[in-house]
Amino acid sequence: MKLRRLTLIGIPYFWLLALFLIPFGIVLKISLSDIALAIPPYTPTLDISGGWQAVRDFLSELDFENFEFLTTDDLYWKAYLSSLKIAAISTLLALLLGFPMAYGMAKAREDWRPTLMMLVILPFWTSFLIRVYAWVGILSTEGYLNQFLMGIGIIGDPLVILNTSTAVYIGIVYTYLPFMILPIYATLERLDESLIEAAEDLGCSRISAFWLVTVPLSKYGVIAGCFLVFIPVIGEFVIPALLGGSKTLMIGKVLWEEFFSNRDWPVASAVAIILLLVLIFPIVLFQRNEQKQREAEQ
Amino acid sequence: MNQDTSGKEFAPWNDASEKPLITFKNVTKKFGEFVAISDLNLDIYAREFFALLGPSGCGKTTLMRMLAGFEAPTSGVIELAGQDIAAIPPNKREVNMMFQSYALFPHLNIWDNIAFGLRREKMPKDQMEARVEEMLRLTKMEKFARRKPHQVSGGQRQRVALARSLAKAPKLLLLDEPLGALDAKLRQDTQFELMDIQESTGTTFVIVTHDQEEAMTVASRVAVMDHGKLVQVDTPDVIYETPNSVYVADFIGDVNIIEGTAEANGDSVALTWTEGQPALIGSANQPIAKGASAAMAIRPEKIAISSEKPTDRTNVLQGKVLDIAYLGNISTYHVQLDNGTVIKAQIANTRRIARRNFTWEDPVWLSWTDTAGIVLAV
Repeated sequence: MKLRRLTLIGIPYFWLLALFLIPFGIVLKISLSDIALAIPPYTPTLDISGGWQAVRDFLSELDFENFEFLTTDDLYWKAYLSSLKIAAISTLLALLLGFPMAYGMAKAREDWRPTLMMLVILPFWTSFLIRVYAWVGILSTEGYLNQFLMGIGIIGDPLVILNTSTAVYIGIVYTYLPFMILPIYATLERLDESLIEAAEDLGCSRISAFWLVTVPLSKYGVIAGCFLVFIPVIGEFVIPALLGGSKTLMIGKVLWEEFFSNRDWPVASAVAIILLLVLIFPIVLFQRNEQKQREAEQ
Repeated sequence: MNQDTSGKEFAPWNDASEKPLITFKNVTKKFGEFVAISDLNLDIYAREFFALLGPSGCGKTTLMRMLAGFEAPTSGVIELAGQDIAAIPPNKREVNMMFQSYALFPHLNIWDNIAFGLRREKMPKDQMEARVEEMLRLTKMEKFARRKPHQVSGGQRQRVALARSLAKAPKLLLLDEPLGALDAKLRQDTQFELMDIQESTGTTFVIVTHDQEEAMTVASRVAVMDHGKLVQVDTPDVIYETPNSVYVADFIGDVNIIEGTAEANGDSVALTWTEGQPALIGSANQPIAKGASAAMAIRPEKIAISSEKPTDRTNVLQGKVLDIAYLGNISTYHVQLDNGTVIKAQIANTRRIARRNFTWEDPVWLSWTDTAGIVLAV
């Protein structure tokens, strides 16, 4: 009986250990190392055959140089700030677009809802990379959007959208919109229609019933949706790499360049560690929101 | 309920000079092809406790939702205090509703739930606070004002819902199956509380229920509905004692229905119902043609059981005890007649059960007077 319980609890902990804690330890170790022309491209590496002395030598060579380096070049903190700003604005845009869509779905006829839900999830059936590439085809100067707008005579010269931050916002909002819609829809769909009727009965107009009842009762869904968009967007790198120009600074892109272009694994790891620290705060808030929602539903 | 404070009988529906608070004039409501309410006329008077009673799907809830403003009649006019309310949206009507699910706002505490409607009126703060406190006192919920709805019991939630709907002092309060979620004991207590509150506030109550006992207990008048029509609208005692149709007799309380052919016989009507048995004598409210098919409705508690053939009663039948349902205060005897018909008769258990007079298979005589049964056209 005890063994069974241990196994049951042990499996998820083992999973966390193997797939989160150990990789995290490795990244942390690399971030404390120095760049080297070797395979792997950093030093020191641990050689246990050297015994206790080798381990001590290994530890003495670790330092915080890479983190200090991050503070000397303003590229890094600007990239962090820019990522936070882009994530915040994208989250707001996704909320403004996602809430009405979720509301529309929740108010739709019951037999339509599964179909609408399918339409929201449908893009996931195609590779994310291909979908972002598709936006290149739409947004470029010779792309479908410019052809269409020029064709109907709204504009004379093509709009430059690709390789600007506008394109990045379009790409991010498009990609992450389902993560905003689904949790909001889940709370709105469960909302008892008689609550709205009760609010109207007690003197609310339709609009004030929406603000005083629907909005507060969808709070947890809205918060969950915002975090589900905000957290991954901070580290996003594919969208700014493909749709953004050189001016769009995001920490995910910086990290990618350090790692693959400069082959500076230690600095890239230091960037990743800081990114993780930045993300811990919203992740903790997100967990708290989930817990509160569960409590409220009891 | 039929007595008002002055001791004079409260019966505005019998007073031609009295103006009704609510009037339904030829109201029809259709949902697509389905007719929920069909050409309905009804007057409800101020300070009444009016019950809409019927099986599910009879249109009683639709009728209530039309009063609240959530549904509009397809044709016909609904007047509140002489004014057509068709164009008035729910938030502008002086009508409040207590929902079946209570519909308390889960994100607001009980105090704020009750204050919700008053805040929408932009009532001055001190006045509003006084009103909320008054409602809390009325429903005995003062101690729980700061709790959220999910932190109080079902009965308390029901009271909060009542307090919230009464807070705005509406002309008319609608109650949609208000006690449906409560257990039997709490239901009874709450029924009396509802009556007290209705009387002390002087508000007109319209209650929707499928529970005939509840309707009989609380209401000044009961409307029995079926398939979108009113079958009978009367005080509970009239509905019970002189139902106007087999449907009403069957719906309200326990009843024996004996079908046969009517033979006019002065004020009372004789009913031939089976070969070799004497005709049954009962009273009739409406004239029934000789030879028309009719049915006698006779309540089980009006039938006496005896071991000797009674000589002083008009209707006498012989049978044997088939079943006994012991309900504590009363026992219902199922007596099978010679032709197979089963008649229910009730006896109050004024003696301890050990001294019961009859048991299974005992031959017994059933008897009732010539005014106990009602003969109805079928």
